[in-house]
Amino acid sequence: MNNLLDCHKGCKAKVKKINAQYNLKQRLISFGIMKGAKLEVLEYAPRKKTIEIKIGKMRIALRAQEAEFIEVEEV
Amino acid sequence: MRDNIDPKVCPIVANHIKVALVGQPNVGKSMLINSVSNAHLHVGNFSGVTVDKIEVLFDYKDYHFTVVDLPGTYAFTDYTIEERVTHDYLCTEDYDIIINVVDSTNLEKNLQLTSELLTMSKKMIIALNMSDEMEKEGIDIDAKYMSGLLGVSCVEVSAATKTGIEDLIESVLQAYENPKNEPKLIFSEPVEEEIEVIVSYLQKHKLQATNSYRNIAINLLKKNKKTYGKLHGDPIWTELQPTLVEALRHIELHHGTDDIEEAFAEEYAAFNRGIVAEVVQQTKRFGSEQKTLTEKIDNVLVHPFFGIPIFLFLMWGLFQLTFELGAVPMDLIDAFFGWLGDVVGRNIPNDDICSLIVDGLISGVGAVILFTPNIIILFIGIALLETTGYMSRVAFLLDGFFHKFGLHGQSFIPLVTGFGCSIPAYMSARILKNERDRLLTLFIISFMSCGARLPVYVLFAGAFFSEAVAGNVLFAIYITGAVLGLIAAKILKMTAFKGANEPFVMEMPKYRLPSFKLLFHTVWGETKMYLKKAGTFIAGATVVIWFLSNYPHNEELEKNYAQKIETAVSQKEKNLFINELAKKQLEESYLGHIGHFTEPLFEPIGLDWKMAVTLEAGIAAKEVVVSTLGVLYSLGEGVDEESGSLKGAISRNISLASAVAFIVVIMIYLPCFAASIIFTREAGGVKYFFYLLAFTSISAYVLAFFAYRITLLLGY
Repeated sequence: MNNLLDCHKGCKAKVKKINAQYNLKQRLISFGIMKGAKLEVLEYAPRKKTIEIKIGKMRIALRAQEAEFIEVEEV
Repeated sequence: MRDNIDPKVCPIVANHIKVALVGQPNVGKSMLINSVSNAHLHVGNFSGVTVDKIEVLFDYKDYHFTVVDLPGTYAFTDYTIEERVTHDYLCTEDYDIIINVVDSTNLEKNLQLTSELLTMSKKMIIALNMSDEMEKEGIDIDAKYMSGLLGVSCVEVSAATKTGIEDLIESVLQAYENPKNEPKLIFSEPVEEEIEVIVSYLQKHKLQATNSYRNIAINLLKKNKKTYGKLHGDPIWTELQPTLVEALRHIELHHGTDDIEEAFAEEYAAFNRGIVAEVVQQTKRFGSEQKTLTEKIDNVLVHPFFGIPIFLFLMWGLFQLTFELGAVPMDLIDAFFGWLGDVVGRNIPNDDICSLIVDGLISGVGAVILFTPNIIILFIGIALLETTGYMSRVAFLLDGFFHKFGLHGQSFIPLVTGFGCSIPAYMSARILKNERDRLLTLFIISFMSCGARLPVYVLFAGAFFSEAVAGNVLFAIYITGAVLGLIAAKILKMTAFKGANEPFVMEMPKYRLPSFKLLFHTVWGETKMYLKKAGTFIAGATVVIWFLSNYPHNEELEKNYAQKIETAVSQKEKNLFINELAKKQLEESYLGHIGHFTEPLFEPIGLDWKMAVTLEAGIAAKEVVVSTLGVLYSLGEGVDEESGSLKGAISRNISLASAVAFIVVIMIYLPCFAASIIFTREAGGVKYFFYLLAFTSISAYVLAFFAYRITLLLGY
């Protein structure tokens, strides 16, 4: 039961569930962040405020608050 | 009547094809249009360069083409203004063919939108763009096979190297001439089963429809509002509805979710994975061990500790360059206009016309043109920021910091654009999803000093500081403006724009080195606009300012001084009288009266009537500030100045404290007329203009007051 923020830099994970409300969930899905998607944590901005992940070949920046909604399991 | 048309008048038998260009953000749609036609649409390397639809026309063979460049959208949704532009256009406007532009180096992600478009029941072509980058990265796409699999022609193109463009147009022609193929979009078994159930039901009842039954079934399952609306009134609805509810439950159960949209997103993703597995081959290995160039660069540029210092250093470097490098051709331009003024002045016998041309046009327009080198350097810097992909990195780095001030990381993009010109900056604020965030950003944009204010800063920095530190002063002015903007954002966020925070989800594009040609076109386009403005609007405004500052002539004054000048004993005394006359005449002029009328208002912040008038004129356009200074100080200045330069005149006539106050006002007060109009449109109401007017005027006045007093206290 980890969320994306618990992952350290360089960790690879698989999305289990997205707990966000409708709009944000649609937004994440449109970026390919959906159940079953594999991702990698690339970088954290100062003080873990923002996180950069890689999903497929796309790099996406997310704010910590949003990353928390993404439930993942490490692979 | 039509038969009577002379073929010579209209040689092309108008076959008009209207094409809608659709794709995810930053896949090169605008660049593709630029390579197909000879348009010069704005191109950058970040999501959201195009925020409004733009039509481009061109002819090919016997056809007229209208290509509509639509803002990029990740999915077929309508949350943001730009997404809505695309969504509404595709759903309601009349067009013949969709060209779906995809980034072939990232096919799987791009197909997410493609598969949604396939259910649109429109003719479609897929442009596999960036084929040049694809080759470099060792990716190979079997376009023919892909066309077969999807039932839609796929064409490899590269907008950057202009390859495959003709093939693309030919495919559009073919699709236009031939009947529409049914695209082959295959879902998982449970979904296919349900589609089959609905299709056979529709067949049984022989529903009248233009779309295929399969298409209708898919749209029903996706809960498409339009399809629902159409069928709702139909008698078959009562029987269809329970079937549909059952079907939806089945699909949702299969996907383990209660959200049908999520279920379909997964369906599409699975379909796309299948397509990619079939048609894409990775010839060179780019495994996890081998880092791509982008990742290597990112290790440095978005470093948690050094990222922000590096960014600040780059900005500082840009302003240093703007000043140092810009100063070199400036002296030449300055000398040229000085010479031109002399020559023209000597050859025009009529005093009034001579003054109009020399003191009005040449010194006014010359003062604006003088700063072209600085403007060019600044524009190059901004163009590099936009086209390399660095801008999104800075948004990533600054989001945490911006967040504290109530701004959004992506606000950075319109704010940086604001350093060039406020007008595109106001437009680009559309990338912000949330209305409050967008409005807040709109109010802050004018704190980012636009290119037209740069000349004022360069002029004053050069007039009061040595060349060694002038670049730093310039940087300090910009940073101060930005910091003031952040503080203003915080205040607005705590008062007028209270509310929840908007999520920050943003794509970080690959780093790209822009071609010289692209940079040249971007910078040249902007520079041309600046020069054009100097030659038209600014020249006109200068003539008005000149007229207002020259008339009415006070005959009595002239007579008095004519006597004095004649009886003057030395040349020095003579010049003194000439200067005095000019000054007095200026004060008696219309402009002088306006200035003196408003002077009491500006006195507390240390500005005399000339500076007051300049600021008032600057509301029309910020370029007018320098041209007005040029006219006012060339008139008030005597004839014997060995250096006729405006810089010298300013350092002699204005105290540092007044200059600081003046700069503060320029930094903050209302952007130009054109920008204010765009602001009002983008904010969505005239009332916002008055808010902006009040907000900027009050803060400018208060801050200038303090700046003036503090500088005085410091003993300057």
